[in-house]
Formats: sequence, C-alpha cells, structure tokens
Amino acid sequence: MKKTMLFSLLALLVVSPAFAADPSVDEIISKANLAAYYGGDDGRAEVKMTIKDSQGREREREFVILRKDKADGGAQLFYVYFKKPSDVSKMVFMVHKNTDKDDDRWMYLPALDLVKRIAASDKRTSFVGSNFMYEDVSGRNLAEDSHELAQSTNTHYVIKNTPKKPGEVEFSSYTVQIDKKTFLPVKAVYLDKNGKEYRIVEAVKTEIIDGIPTVTESKVTDIAAGSSTVSKFSNVKYNIGLTEDLFTERYLRRPPREIR
Amino acid sequence: MKKKIAALLLCALPPAAVWAADEKQTLAERLYDKYEVELLGFAETRVGARLVDDEHEDAMSIGEARTQLRLSRDFDSFLVQFKGDLLADAVTEELDADIRELNVSFRPTDWADVKIGRMVSTWGTGDMIFINDMFPKDWQSFFIGRDDEYLKQASNVIKTGFFFGDYSLDLVYAPLFQGSEYIDGERLSYYNPSAGRIVGQDMVMEDSEPDRWFRDDELSMRLSRSFAQVEAALYAYSGFWQEPEGMDMASGKAVYPPLNVYGASARSPMFGGIGNAEFGYYDSTDDESGSNPAVRPSEFRILAGFEREIGHELTGSVQYYIEAIDGYDDYEQALPPGMKTRDEYRHLLTLRLTKLMMNQNLTLSLFAYYSPTDNDGNVRPKVKYKLNDHWQLDGGLNFFFGDEEHTFWGRFQDNSNAFVGLRYNF
Repeated sequence: MKKTMLFSLLALLVVSPAFAADPSVDEIISKANLAAYYGGDDGRAEVKMTIKDSQGREREREFVILRKDKADGGAQLFYVYFKKPSDVSKMVFMVHKNTDKDDDRWMYLPALDLVKRIAASDKRTSFVGSNFMYEDVSGRNLAEDSHELAQSTNTHYVIKNTPKKPGEVEFSSYTVQIDKKTFLPVKAVYLDKNGKEYRIVEAVKTEIIDGIPTVTESKVTDIAAGSSTVSKFSNVKYNIGLTEDLFTERYLRRPPREIR
Repeated sequence: MKKKIAALLLCALPPAAVWAADEKQTLAERLYDKYEVELLGFAETRVGARLVDDEHEDAMSIGEARTQLRLSRDFDSFLVQFKGDLLADAVTEELDADIRELNVSFRPTDWADVKIGRMVSTWGTGDMIFINDMFPKDWQSFFIGRDDEYLKQASNVIKTGFFFGDYSLDLVYAPLFQGSEYIDGERLSYYNPSAGRIVGQDMVMEDSEPDRWFRDDELSMRLSRSFAQVEAALYAYSGFWQEPEGMDMASGKAVYPPLNVYGASARSPMFGGIGNAEFGYYDSTDDESGSNPAVRPSEFRILAGFEREIGHELTGSVQYYIEAIDGYDDYEQALPPGMKTRDEYRHLLTLRLTKLMMNQNLTLSLFAYYSPTDNDGNVRPKVKYKLNDHWQLDGGLNFFFGDEEHTFWGRFQDNSNAFVGLRYNF
C-alpha cells in the first residue's frame, strides 16, 4: 500500500509538470502546423469555394486537390485540378512547396497545351480570386513569425504571431486559436497596420476522417472589403498511396485518375 | 449575297445559343450523370476595326460569332476528347467548322503515354516566341484579336511520351505537314518583296503545300529532365519551314522548303523570378549553304528571358531574342540585285506586363515586340473582365509600326486594329 502511494506520488511529481503547464509555444505551433497541413502522408479532397462580394454576388470555384508530404513539417507537393467555372475547367495548378526557398509553381493551360512556370513569389495574394490566400492553402512558414502564447483556456491555446519582416505582409499581427485536443487551428484573426481586426479565417466544421481530425468547411471573412469565401471539402481521403512522379509535367498534361 | 445573309443569320445565333446555354447546364449535368460525358463550351461574338485605312483590305478586321463545344469521356483505361468550333465570319463571309481536338489518349505501360488524333501541341520556354516549338500556329488569329487559344492550330498527330527515371522523351509524329496560318494578304496586308510594296487582297500570296501523306511528314522530339529546380531539354525536328519561306521559280508559287531544327532549353527559378534560355539551329537543307536565293537561309536562334512579380498582382517579363543568318556572306552574294537584303542579325525584345485587379476578375495586360535593329514592333494592350462565372468581356489593340515596309513588323504596319469580344462560358 505504501509502495503504491509512493509510486503514485512519484508519478505525479514526474508527470504533473507536463499536465499542469502548457507545452512550449514552439511545440504548439509545430503540432498545429502538422495537424492543419500534414494529415496522413498524402491526401485528396474535392473543394467547392463560394466567393461572396460586398454586394452579395457569388462566384464559384470547384477543384480537386492532391497532396503528398515529402517530410512531416517540411516539403510538400500539391496538385490542383480545376473543374469550375468552365473557363478554367481542366486547368492544373501545381506547387512544390519548399520550406528553405521559394515554392515552385506551375500552371497547365489545356487550350494551348502549355506548361507555364509561375514567377509569382508573393504568397499573400488571393488564391483563384477568393478571400483565401496562397498561404492559407499551403501554410505559412513558421519561421516567418515570432510566436507567443497569449492565452490558454480550457479548450484552446491562443497564439499571437508577429511577422519578422512586417514590410512583406499586409498585417501587423494575427492570433490563432488552437484546439487543445486536436491541435487544429480553428480561428485566426488578423490585425491591420493600425491594430484593427480586418480578416478572419475560421474552421466552421471539423470531422474525423480516417482517424484524422479534418476541417471540412472553412471560411475567410474580409471585414474591410465586406466579402467572404466559404470552402467546403468533400470526399476527403488520406494515405491513398500518391507517388511523387504524379507531381511532374507528365501528369500536368495527362491528369491522374486520382482527380476523378 | 446569300452567303452574307447566312453569315449574318448565324451571327444572330449566338445570343440564342447563349440563352439556351442556361438550360444546357442541366443538359451537361444529365450527360455527365447518364454517360459520364463532360460537356463544356462557350458562345461569343467579336468585332474589330482597322485603325489605318488600307485600300486593299476590308475596314472590318474581325467580325464573327463563334460557338465552341468540348466533350470528353474518361473511360478507365483511356480518355476521349473532342473540341469543335463553329464560326460565322463576316469578314470572309464564310461559315467555318474547326475541329480543335478529336483524340484518344491511353497509357499502354507505366512508362509510356500515347495520344492519337487531332490536338494542339506546345513545348519550349519562349513567351510568344517559338524556337523549338514547330507545331502549327495561326498568326492571323493572333493579329486580329482572337483569344490567345487560337494562336495554336490543331494538327493530326501521334504523340508518345516515354518516361525513364528522371528522363522524359516525347515524340510527335505528323504524317502530313500542315504549316502555320500566315499573313497572305486576304485579311491582313503585308509587304511583298517582288511587288516592292504592301499588298493585300489585290495580291494574295499563293502557295503550294506539301501534300503526300507519310512522305511530307514531320517528326518533333524532346528529351527533358530536371536537375533540382532547373528544367532542361534537348529538341530535334525534321520537317519543313512552317511558313512558305521558299519560291518555286517555275510556278512562281511560294513553297515550304525542308527544314531540320536542333535545339536546347533551360528554365529555372532565379533572382526571385523565373529565367529561361533557349537555342535552336535552323538547318534549311535546300539553301545550299546560302547560295540558293529562292530559299530562306539557315539560322541560329537564341532567346533569353526573365519573369518576376514586380508588385501586388503585377507580373513583368522581358525576353531578348536574336536571329542570325548562318553563312551571311554567301546569302548576300547569292541574292539577286534589287532584292532587299536582310541584316545578318535580327534583334527582338519583348515585354509583358500583367496586372490583376478587382479580385482577379479584371486583367490588364500588355505584350510588346520591339526590334531595336529594325525599329519596328507590335504592341498589344488588352483588358479582360469577368462579369460573373459565365460572362466575360474583353477588348484590345494590335498596333503595328515600323520605319520601313520590308522589315518583320514593318510589313504589317497597315494592319493596326482594335477589337472587343463578349463571351458566355457554359
């Protein structure tokens, strides 16, 4: 009996600091990065975006996105096959995301059978005319910001992120709420250069798919512009065995069956 | 006259097609649900006018109604694609059908792709400058304000790709040479060296095209691989000059002399943008080392380009291109007296600026060719606005200028035009 007590006490002593105190900021953001962008070794999703402008007019985008991770938290390959609207149908956008240098991006234009390499290096531009930015889709490099744990509630960590090079971005800082159980970022609020809230990115719906917590509906609200975009993800699958050669010119010209 | 009425009637059709298109949406869905056939397309009207009077050409540079249908069906082991255009042309007063795609593609083994039929093909690194891309173009469409898609002509080919490790080998075989749509005077005027002036419908260039299947054929090859971020490729082509660069002295008709091309290219990220370089040697086999004045001499062609983002949603690119005649002395000597001599080197610069605005629904772009040696060029500003997911409005200018009438761009200087188009995508 005494022995058990001692053991429990010891266990408490050893374990309790980990229970009581929060993990380090670096640990939180690295886990959140993995949860948000690196589910499984590869994945596939059908995405329907609805873009609503300040006057309530809607535009739609539909595409299939394939992803393969080269290393968890590191380089990734993306293949985006457009279905709608019809003027961009069958176009393909491919990204080799790098963490140590600019991403490599390609566009395939089927009408011209043209494989174009894209020079754009600014990741804070709109993705296909929506309120999502390239960085929202493929993830912002963690090294671009300094991070601090602003708050820890029962359910969430709140991380404040301040850009190291403020001249390169349109925000002064942003806070992200991270779910303590799943480590999924569920809400990001961006402050403009005057410290005013102007942009919100949030997970509207999350589901467990193949054992992986997954955001199946997300929304970006541009408060300043009065516009918003909702993305709905369907037919999400993980670990479907995508190979690296799928993310090459061959498959730009002849899309793989995985996009169907 | 009857033709004209028919064309006008057809021009009135697109609005009808456009209104019907909304219902087609459900037709498209039904087609897909029942037969897994994908149906897409557009209907558009496009008009344009000359900015310079040309007594030998119509004042209208473009006036057409066009409907495009795209059908595709993905069977598990192969893919069938069709793309066809119906065109009512008020300038030529003709109705036209153009099949831009009718092909089947499949993968016989893991390391090979095959595509057979009618299709558009493109490779190489140039932006509106083609060195190793010897696939047929349509320069006329490009200069009268049709969508960029129409710069590329479809052709009947067998296309195969072989993939071994890091290497890809592409072979494109055309059993019958097709050639590019060039400026022959019918719609756009040009400088005719034998007439010594700019001519148009009064002197439409006549050519005789190679027409023997499997003998007048073309073979294009590309071997490519990537070295880290650098994409490198070697090219070879055996066929003909894409435009009639020779003269048959007996018939007085323009002919397409045989041509072999050997080249290489590289493309890589650099200095925060994308750099590209391409080289080609045009071996004009009938030029007899430059001593045959009836055939365009052999040439070296070199290109270097750089593109990068220069502002928010603003991209800029420049290219430098040189064309050098191989064996210039022989060429110069062989030329009959009175003929305008080409310079040994032709230098050409291009500039492209693209700005996206209003949530990428408005695109402002400028593309310009300028030759500092000839002091001539072509300036192409364009604006495109997507009103919604279906409707799209565009307009632009094709402005030609040149000091002299016989230079590359100078010969088209009477063709400057402006155009607008309205398209409904479905």
